[in-house]
Amino acid sequence: MSKNFVEFIIDGKKCMSEEGKYIIDAAKDNGVYIPTLCNIEGLKPKGACRICSVLVNGRPMTACTTPVTSGMEIENNIAQIEGIRKTIIEALFVEGNHFCPSCEKSGSCELQALAYKYKMLVPRFPFMFPIREVDASNPKLIKDHNRCILCKRCIRGIRDENDRSYFAFKKRGHEVEININHEMANKMTDRLARESMDICPVGALLIKESGFRTPIGQRKYDHLPIGSDIEK
Amino acid sequence: MSKPILATASLAGCFGCHMSLLDIDERILELIELVDFNKSPINDIKKFTRPCDIGLIEGGCCNNDNVHVLKDFRKHCKILVSVGECAIMGGLPALRNGLPVSDCLEEAYLNGPSTKDENPEGIMPNDVELPILLDKVYPCHEVVKMDYYLPGCPPDAELLWGALTALIKGNELELPYEVIKYD
Ligand code: SF4
Ligand code: SF4
Ligand code: FES
Repeated sequence: MSKNFVEFIIDGKKCMSEEGKYIIDAAKDNGVYIPTLCNIEGLKPKGACRICSVLVNGRPMTACTTPVTSGMEIENNIAQIEGIRKTIIEALFVEGNHFCPSCEKSGSCELQALAYKYKMLVPRFPFMFPIREVDASNPKLIKDHNRCILCKRCIRGIRDENDRSYFAFKKRGHEVEININHEMANKMTDRLARESMDICPVGALLIKESGFRTPIGQRKYDHLPIGSDIEK
Repeated sequence: MSKPILATASLAGCFGCHMSLLDIDERILELIELVDFNKSPINDIKKFTRPCDIGLIEGGCCNNDNVHVLKDFRKHCKILVSVGECAIMGGLPALRNGLPVSDCLEEAYLNGPSTKDENPEGIMPNDVELPILLDKVYPCHEVVKMDYYLPGCPPDAELLWGALTALIKGNELELPYEVIKYD
């Protein structure tokens, strides 16, 4: 087995990884956390949310879709990049309806966790309060479009044995939303419903008849910022 | 040197943020050494009697009285702070923002489970003394300029204490990870 290893630099730190790995994963191997929202390990990257933007040799690129090459100079924790990330987070908060105090995902939500990490006290943009629907018509899952950030993780990750997706986009442009295939959803197993809730970075997919099980103080991001497991 | 003057108000909030302020426990004694209170539900002073240094605002604006009080605070306070999710983004009261006001009133007074049978004449409160509901609930900074924001539902007592003492003493506010929470 011959693997090509390449050397590259992140924020001045010398790193090493297999050639061709995406920057996100190569950074992780070297104990560097680059935030993600639409990306999830094991799925083909989408490059949708831009939260993973880094400077590659001085130019902004998405770390989840850019393979690492020899001698690359990557800038991650710098003011310019953090500014971009914070702007995206704030835009996501005003674009939907994020009432964290009443959200089941609160404390374990990746969007919220990133807002904590970047210390968002108030979004700089005006709140849009869009009118969005909650779809509770399926037996196992509730879909709350108020919180969906359109990352497509559910579409990409939740599939049946014939590789058909339970979820799909419907409508276009600013009206686009996630649709659940009712016929398939009627037969969805508890395990898959749980996986759907878990794959969603926010609280847009919730399993029915069970909620707020984890007490405050024991949730994923109550004590440590997102990415702490990578940046040991 | 005279002490800084503090004023507080609860607009469209639940008083939870004020309760969280009381969660500073015995440091409340320290606080009254550090500041004098003016208009506030804590001492029940109803009208400003002098210009103030710091105004803490809980709750957003859901009716015309909230707007009036908020503007009054802006006029009297050098520094105005949005305290809690409702002040910052409307909070749970803003859940009604997608609905027409008439739907909310009808649900509350005509069709709700607790009013449906109790209000056969279909009376809606309409006394001239009552504040008028706004079309939606507005975050404070969309009504007047706010200077600082302390998130949380309610904000952690440590965050409130940290922010107050930083403002009073003119220090920079420290924000450790665990004090910024939106729930
Ligand atoms: S999805 Fe996340 S950010 Fe949105 S309301 Fe829920 S906890 Fe808050
Ligand atoms: S429902 Fe969740 S996983 Fe699916 S696109 Fe929306 S935010 Fe992403
Ligand atoms: S995580 Fe890379 S673009 Fe979303």
